[in-house]
Amino acid sequence: MERTLSSDGKTTSAQIPLVRLSQICFRYPGGPLVLDHLDFELFAGDRIGLVAPNGSGKTTLFHLIMGLVKPESGRIEAFGRVLESENDFTSVRRRIGLLFQDADDQLFSPTVLEDVAFGPLNLGRSRREAIDISRRTLAFLGLEGFEDRVTIKLSGGEKRLVSLATVLAMEPEVLLLDEPTTGLDNDTRSTLITVLQQLDMTMVVISHDFDFLDQVTRRIFSLENGRLLTDEQVHFHVHRHAHKMGKTPHRHH
Amino acid sequence: MTEEVFADGDSPLHRTAPVIRAALAIIYCTVVALLNEFYAILAALAFSTLMAGAAKLGPGRVLRHLSWALGFLLFLWLVLPWSISGSPFFGIGRLTISAEGVALCGRITLKSISILLAMMSLLATMRVASLGQALGKLGLPPRLVQLLLLAYRYLFVLEQEYHRLYRAARIRNFSPRTNIHTYRTFAYLAAMLLVRAVHRAQRVHQAMVCRGFNGSFHSLQVYRPTVWNPVVAVVGGLICLTLAVLEMTI
Repeated sequence: MERTLSSDGKTTSAQIPLVRLSQICFRYPGGPLVLDHLDFELFAGDRIGLVAPNGSGKTTLFHLIMGLVKPESGRIEAFGRVLESENDFTSVRRRIGLLFQDADDQLFSPTVLEDVAFGPLNLGRSRREAIDISRRTLAFLGLEGFEDRVTIKLSGGEKRLVSLATVLAMEPEVLLLDEPTTGLDNDTRSTLITVLQQLDMTMVVISHDFDFLDQVTRRIFSLENGRLLTDEQVHFHVHRHAHKMGKTPHRHH
Repeated sequence: MTEEVFADGDSPLHRTAPVIRAALAIIYCTVVALLNEFYAILAALAFSTLMAGAAKLGPGRVLRHLSWALGFLLFLWLVLPWSISGSPFFGIGRLTISAEGVALCGRITLKSISILLAMMSLLATMRVASLGQALGKLGLPPRLVQLLLLAYRYLFVLEQEYHRLYRAARIRNFSPRTNIHTYRTFAYLAAMLLVRAVHRAQRVHQAMVCRGFNGSFHSLQVYRPTVWNPVVAVVGGLICLTLAVLEMTI
């Protein structure tokens, strides 16, 4: 498959991080601190896997970067600018794409083509341009012929790929993927791996699927006690092994 | 439920600009709703039938969709003729049906059918997204337009959510009876559905905001200027005028 999508190279010099969170504290109303003076830097070309227990604040971290929730304290910078108002975040959302956990939250138009074109149209593209971008993106994901399919009648795997198309159609420079492999069958999962390997983008991927992360990311971070642990601190080590009964649910310690 | 059965088609009405159709539907339905004279009402029914013909809806599909409304009208026929006082029309013993009651039922039935036929021909022949845009152009506040469009999309998801909850209750041997346990369970289901709807709405809005949504919907469907725009506007206007004149001169 030919690579048709890439970041447009507007990234700043390698020294300045694309996204920088400093000393972020966050809690949901009436709850304990989810993020406790968290620091995080994302550089152009980074491909980071984020592994941490449920409820440790991974999704919250993504939502903070997109400006969907506001931190209690701390500073969020992206593309060299400090982000405070809703307007600051609006321009960031054009350059960072977030894939939600539940595809049903992301697809709301009657047909696939309309849903994929929603983002480009919001960015001020003409109808023709929006349709062109949408068709190209769908083709890139191997979804030719899906244009007129009804979104609510797609299978789970198709919904996931179409939601990825809706994000990619905005031509972002950074991708944030929130548990992209949950509920996918093996075929869709390997399609997703191929696609992500071909994308020359900065990305952060939340997942519990180590094998998947091994194939699409280069570093693995974790969240513990509201702070981020980089791979130097986490010491995940990757080894592959084969054993019987692999299809039966089991755990590795 | 969420299928737009009449939206795809190729008739003069399908090609007419949604704004013109929406405006015409509002005026026509208001005029028909206010009619009182039988001749005017029969004329309206004739006009509506002609519209359905012009929109090429197909008699079978139209009747199937009308049958939903006819069910409601049946209730009127069962109740109204007995409960309106007036000159007796037909009677068994002390039970009498009044001529006024029958006339009222007839009027309501014919007007309902006329209005429904007009709605089907003028409004159901466009996608809901186009209808939303048209209503926006006619001055409906953007918030109400959004409400219409999203309600339409998520009706389906809510229905699924309800079935999921109800299944969860059923696999634990819940079977509805006439007792407080049943009422409480249904109240919980309804409440949970509301909570889930709110959460779902928040997540959907977040996803839309992430994709650059700033309050206005853009549609991919284009309506090119067509000769049918002035034709439909003028003919529709004349029909409304004719009905008004009929009503007032008889």
